[in-house]
Amino acid sequence: MAKPRTLFDKIWDNHVIETQADGTCLIYIDRHLVHEVTSPQAFEGLRLAGRKVRRPDATLAVADHNIPTTDRAGGISDEESRIQVETLEKNCTDFQVPYLPVLDVRQGIVHIIGPEQGLTQPGMTIVCGDSHTSTHGAVGALAFGIGTSEVEHVLATQTLIQRPAKNMRVTVSGTLAKGVGAKDVILAIIGKIGTAGGTGHVIEYAGDVVRNLSMEGRMTVCNMSIEAGARAGLVAPDEATFEYLKGRPMAPKGAAWEQAIAFWKTLPSDPGARYDTELTLAAGDIAPLVTWGTSPQDVLPITANVPNPADEADPGKRQSMQRSIDYMGLTPGMALNQVKVDTVFIGSCTNGRIEDMRQAAAVAKGRRVAAHVRALVVPGSGLVKVQAEEEGLDRVFLEAGFEWREPGCSMCLAMNEDKLKPGERSASTSNRNFEGRQGPGGRTHLVSPAMAAAAAIRGTLADVRELLS
Amino acid sequence: MDKFAKLSGIAAPLPAINIDTDKIIPARFLKTIKRTGLGKNLFNDWKLNADGTERADFALNEPAYKKAEILVVGENFGCGSSREHAPWALTDAGIKCVIGTSFADIFFNNSFKNGLLLIKLAPTDVEKLMEDAKGGHNARITVDLEQQEIVRPNGAVIRFDIEPFRKKCLTEGLDDIALSLKQAPAIDAFEGRDRLSRPWLYS
Ligand code: SF4
Repeated sequence: MAKPRTLFDKIWDNHVIETQADGTCLIYIDRHLVHEVTSPQAFEGLRLAGRKVRRPDATLAVADHNIPTTDRAGGISDEESRIQVETLEKNCTDFQVPYLPVLDVRQGIVHIIGPEQGLTQPGMTIVCGDSHTSTHGAVGALAFGIGTSEVEHVLATQTLIQRPAKNMRVTVSGTLAKGVGAKDVILAIIGKIGTAGGTGHVIEYAGDVVRNLSMEGRMTVCNMSIEAGARAGLVAPDEATFEYLKGRPMAPKGAAWEQAIAFWKTLPSDPGARYDTELTLAAGDIAPLVTWGTSPQDVLPITANVPNPADEADPGKRQSMQRSIDYMGLTPGMALNQVKVDTVFIGSCTNGRIEDMRQAAAVAKGRRVAAHVRALVVPGSGLVKVQAEEEGLDRVFLEAGFEWREPGCSMCLAMNEDKLKPGERSASTSNRNFEGRQGPGGRTHLVSPAMAAAAAIRGTLADVRELLS
Repeated sequence: MDKFAKLSGIAAPLPAINIDTDKIIPARFLKTIKRTGLGKNLFNDWKLNADGTERADFALNEPAYKKAEILVVGENFGCGSSREHAPWALTDAGIKCVIGTSFADIFFNNSFKNGLLLIKLAPTDVEKLMEDAKGGHNARITVDLEQQEIVRPNGAVIRFDIEPFRKKCLTEGLDDIALSLKQAPAIDAFEGRDRLSRPWLYS
């Protein structure tokens, strides 16, 4: 009998073109997403070598990192940003790569639009010059971030030189408590295994909690796999996956749809498949979480206090904890739910989908943003924005005093105008609280969309459960 | 890509853990459309105060390390964003080799594609080299890729492992796109088979 295989093993085996003696493989890449920041040097490399894009039909480009989230009909005023976007447009024209223009309603963050357009499908290999490509694993695709040299490699050959990853399974079982969502699940996992815990692995998320998450929630979980150090995250495709994909513009149709589903159903891990690493979490132990430091692994329940470096035995860890606390401008022992915030950012490829908008709006409805807080809501794509507006969520946000913006990466990495000033503190639904990530000197606390909305209302990091009736 | 030859140079200590690629090169310097010229922004916000003066507490600002070609680093170096600007900034600033206990996966791949050798060693060996690096000018460390050996300033030798394919690409300065393009018949054959089993992926 054939050896039982994991979902990762099956996708990997399906894509190996050739294996070298030392285990290095040439693998086929089904879909390639391209954005403006990590691609210019790759296209330049193609030009210099006189190479073509092997499969423009398997490639899709969009600008997201640099673009303003205010009205952009008048173009981009920042010169470097404008040049980067124009360079992408020219490269797409020259190499015949499909491109979603900035003013197209389908434009948005590359990891939001892939699933939204139905480009992202189970069993595929998907890459993008961006670490959060792991998001697409939520539909059961092997999706991972690559560097610019590899972007060029994929453009030229539709392949990559890679070694197989190790298998890790994270099982979350039980029922999530009120006020606890997908973001808290993934923050809890990162808090447990650390930012290097998944290095060399692909994490498959399993258990009834993951099964019961919406597709949007699964994307939030897979998105931050990279913050756990993993190459990719995966959720086995199921009825929810098929339901989500059905009818999307780039999803298969008619007889092809039936054929695709039959194939997708063969993908979930076989019973008895072996994982190199296993972890289980009880959903009941997960509270609404917040980060206190400058690494995504620095997580605590909102009811906790800022930790004290003096309690840390390891001198290296003590030092880095002290450095984080100093950078964050916190005092050991202070209650996290008393920490005053200046800015709230709701958006990013972690939490910029329609469900995130709904969760934040449910908390914001009928309330007011604290007077000293600047609160931004940035939908992940033009289509998310349109749907939110159809549901009246924009009104809810605007009436509560939030800003309602155009789609893009925005304050997730502060490459456009949306950034923190030195010393400013934010509650953010994005994925990285690194020093300076949201602007030089800026201080970031990662939270769920509901928790971000609660922080905006209270003006401090806040326990969303107190605002849920 | 340049061939990686035997290297003998000054090593700088950066013991902090989880040094992310945002720290190696902050996002605002990613607006370039070139690969070159990023060395001046390497570790920008760690290197400089807000007023542009150099921070005293950053090793690479010390005269002893201005010409460092090797970094000895804390665990999980290069985590975070996939930006290849991180190895571009490092190599542009003259760094040819980074030694640590662990590196993030994407950063690891990106570095080798740019001729930057990353060496993973056991924590006890990294500690020894970290101590050596603290010797400043006297911390000449020799990295012999062919022999897979590091020679410490005191003459002691530490062996290291490297995947054969990565070693070959570095020592011969190979362009792996050219290598993969030679596989065109195998890639064509794969597509031919795949078109039959997953026709919905081909328009
Ligand atoms: S939203 Fe943030 S994490 Fe996501 S792709 Fe944009 S910059 Fe990267």
